[in-house]
Amino acid sequence: MAECHPVGFQWVMEAKARGAKVFHVDPRFTRTSAMADRYLPIRAGSDIVLLGALINHVLDNGLDFRAYVLAYTNAATIVSEDFRDTEDLDGLFSGWDPDTATYAPRSWAYAATGEQPPAEHAEGGRRHAEAAGPETYGAGGAAAHPSPRTDPTLTHPRCVYQILKRHFARYTPELVERLCGIPGAAFAELAEAVTANSGRERTTAWVYSVGWTQHTVGAQYIRTAAILQLLLGNVGRPGGGIMALRGHASIQGSTDIPTLFNILPGYLAMPHAHRHEDLEHYLEREGGETGFWGNRRSYLVSLLKAWWGEAATEDNDYCFGHLPRLTGDHGHYTTVMGQIDGTVKGYFVIGENPAVGSSGGRAQRLGLANLDWLVVRDLTLVETATFWRDGPELETGEMRTEDIGTEVFFLPAASHVEKEGTFTNTQRLLQWREKALDPPGDCRSDLWFYYHLGRLVRRRLSDDEIDRPPRELTWDYPVHGAHREPSAEAVLREINGVGPDGRALSSSTQLRPDGSTACGCWIYCGVYADEVNQAARRRPRGEQDVVAPEWGWAWPANRRILYNRASADPEGRPWSERKAYVWWDAERGEWTGHDVPDCEIGKPPDYLPPEGARAQDALAGTDPFIMQSDGKGWLYAPSGLADGPMPAHYEPHESPVANLLYGQRANPARRTYDRPESPYNRPGPLFPYVLTTYRLTEHHTAGGMSRPLAYLAELQPELFCEMDPRLAARLGLGNGDWATIVTSRTVLEARVLVTGRMRPLRVEGRVIHQIGLPYHWGWGGGGLVTGDVVNDLTPLVLDPNVYIQEGKAMTCDVRPGRRPRGRAMLDLLETYRHG
Amino acid sequence: MPGSGWLARWPVIRQLKGEDPRGSAARSARTDALRPRTERADTVARSVCPYCAVGCGQLVYVEDGRVTQIEGDPDSPISRGRLCPKGSASKQLVTHPGRQTRVLYRRPHGTEWEPLDLDAAMEMIADRVVRTRRETWEQTCEGKVVRRTMGIAGLGGATLDNEENYLMKKLYTALGAIQIENQARI
Repeated sequence: MAECHPVGFQWVMEAKARGAKVFHVDPRFTRTSAMADRYLPIRAGSDIVLLGALINHVLDNGLDFRAYVLAYTNAATIVSEDFRDTEDLDGLFSGWDPDTATYAPRSWAYAATGEQPPAEHAEGGRRHAEAAGPETYGAGGAAAHPSPRTDPTLTHPRCVYQILKRHFARYTPELVERLCGIPGAAFAELAEAVTANSGRERTTAWVYSVGWTQHTVGAQYIRTAAILQLLLGNVGRPGGGIMALRGHASIQGSTDIPTLFNILPGYLAMPHAHRHEDLEHYLEREGGETGFWGNRRSYLVSLLKAWWGEAATEDNDYCFGHLPRLTGDHGHYTTVMGQIDGTVKGYFVIGENPAVGSSGGRAQRLGLANLDWLVVRDLTLVETATFWRDGPELETGEMRTEDIGTEVFFLPAASHVEKEGTFTNTQRLLQWREKALDPPGDCRSDLWFYYHLGRLVRRRLSDDEIDRPPRELTWDYPVHGAHREPSAEAVLREINGVGPDGRALSSSTQLRPDGSTACGCWIYCGVYADEVNQAARRRPRGEQDVVAPEWGWAWPANRRILYNRASADPEGRPWSERKAYVWWDAERGEWTGHDVPDCEIGKPPDYLPPEGARAQDALAGTDPFIMQSDGKGWLYAPSGLADGPMPAHYEPHESPVANLLYGQRANPARRTYDRPESPYNRPGPLFPYVLTTYRLTEHHTAGGMSRPLAYLAELQPELFCEMDPRLAARLGLGNGDWATIVTSRTVLEARVLVTGRMRPLRVEGRVIHQIGLPYHWGWGGGGLVTGDVVNDLTPLVLDPNVYIQEGKAMTCDVRPGRRPRGRAMLDLLETYRHG
Repeated sequence: MPGSGWLARWPVIRQLKGEDPRGSAARSARTDALRPRTERADTVARSVCPYCAVGCGQLVYVEDGRVTQIEGDPDSPISRGRLCPKGSASKQLVTHPGRQTRVLYRRPHGTEWEPLDLDAAMEMIADRVVRTRRETWEQTCEGKVVRRTMGIAGLGGATLDNEENYLMKKLYTALGAIQIENQARI
């Protein structure tokens, strides 16, 4: 955090100054480790063992926050008797189909209630992932029965609490020592600190950076942390939570208003051809009827009205049929395979540099070289724009410029100070940027590019049926200035939404299912309340309290801590004075406090839903997790995940260590590509070391925004490889020498940094060396400094829920000296692939 | 020894005479006349750092149509005026000489970049979108209506504004392009 989010880390230091104890768990010793009370080196890819052992410690010693757990989680819920755990099936959950390598999740469901059969449409498995199932849970959960059978004594053998207890029983401190390389005493200190610092009076926060997501079990890493935090009562309370430190200025916004294949704005699923024939079908199958997600008809119909305006009517399903349909995984890496195979002809790359920044860079460049046309928009000539004249495949003879048929358009982009608009930061806060000046030359905003491209494309449309969706699209935005820049405020207002009177809406609770409201992203409804750009608010911090509600605007409804109903006890009183945040004011008959309460403001704590209630009316006054269909925090996920209802430790796809827990070595549901462009390392002695990748303070991702800057290039001028002294000695390498790093994907060279920051770990009785590489360099990109592309080393193997690549844990070999060039490099690679 | 005049005001003399050597004695008339360039700015825009997701406030100073300084915004409850090495260097991000400001075009099998007018580039790109969409249109797949093109894909960075992402998703979806992805997946 101190390395990659330095200014955010000031708040950790503030907390430390006030007595907080800071632990840092990371394969690499960093500036964060230097400032922490304790640093725990860990083997990359073993985090579920550590977190699972903490869960086991809590359950085994009865250290959970019982009042919170009983009222706010599904600990008491009884699960179907058909469910079988990984403990029963040696690393598989029930429902595994080896032929399709997917789970049928029906047996994971809650037990039938008598009047209610088990979920017919249990969510999970491959199609569910394809149809954005897991990603819609950015805003809410999968469907589950709203009032399942429970055992409040938590003793029923099939209640979630007992299932968890059995599931994690073998996640012991001894296992942590054997698999993670963390000694027992260090684990004991961590376990003691985390549990002692949780309860009525205290809360513990977990912070992760998105390296946690880059594993074949990435979603389950975060699930494990969520289970621990729910057991300890650390969710929805000040000082608690699981904080994702996302890595880009508006990467949260890019998910909320997604340019992602399987979601629409506001985490609504893109329709899937085999799941959603029409609007009714879609609404039936996407999420439960209870909880706020039960209003999804209002959210979706309002989105369709924002996009197709007058053309969207009740008679035509509000143009639901205008939405194209998914039939599978159409994610980034599958799209690249489509480029190599020739199905993808045209490609827009906007402020992104996949030739350096994506895993398996060679496959990326083979894809780029097989396009008909490519449009790149960026501040500088990034490698993705220039691969045809200077890419590494030219040096090896795998490509010749004259043979590459790709037509390339490079359009220069406006910088962040040359346009106005909002970023959404990692705490869901939208901040409006004022424009400082006009962009130079041909530089334009991406808003300008897409608005005018849409205008020009629409001018070319016919009366054909296939042209109806773009023809009927609402595409009138006011423009201003010599460049005819579209108004970003007008777009933000469309995102916010308008009511039947044409005025800006104030809250998503005003959205209607009958087409009388229009709203481009329901979770952002309220950002333009009262016709005011709320994201532009800048009341100075000295003039408001620590919650600072008048600086920018946070979705949803300007709430700064999600699920904050849980900061009060079931009766609506703060758990303690020290941790008071929002509470029920019985005299005024409403919720109040330091933040916008994350519940219905007038719903009393003793409210019980009547039989047959739907949407939010079906949630009790004690239910804090209002997007979930049962209002509960899920210790066990009865639906929604592609790889199991609970996390289980699996080794990375490439690992030098066996799985000591199960016969099933790696995540059985992980997504692999059997492609010659990006082969996997063979198990065995050829690739004896663990490789992990990371960022440096002075550079940014693929380097397009940092390598061309003189200050930053001077601070970190060259790619290097961090290596412990014992390994360096064994390889005969000294500090500053050249080393060659090899995986089945490529061979690259880096200067050696011999350092105690990467520690060899004793794992399973032997020493495992880990090496670390920052991934900011490339061969060009307008960079003042250049270096080999580290992401070329990484394998194309993905988490099955969200299709993110395993870029943080793999195997490699290291050889002394510089890498061979040209044909000789391919020959060396061949010996590792087949030799 | 000079009692007054330029020599007496010379900092070296004042430092030698025992006046606080690193404080008041070090000040010269020129030092006193220096003003920060932020004071001369014609406008100050309230902005946000474009690097990581913390969202530090930035103040962007513009003088004579050029960015002269970017600093942390002390009013921000997130950053309290601080910026990291990247945020502090962001004036270079917007002013560095390697920034590309003209459209470039590489024809199929071409060996060099060629200049191209921006409006012409926009028309050419629109032509290609319409043509590729027509040529690769899929009305049905596996017996189901899909109304899409698998011929056009997009990948965006995560420094795009929300408003930009919104227009991108809206346009691509209306055109039937579904392979629309973002750094958020990566």
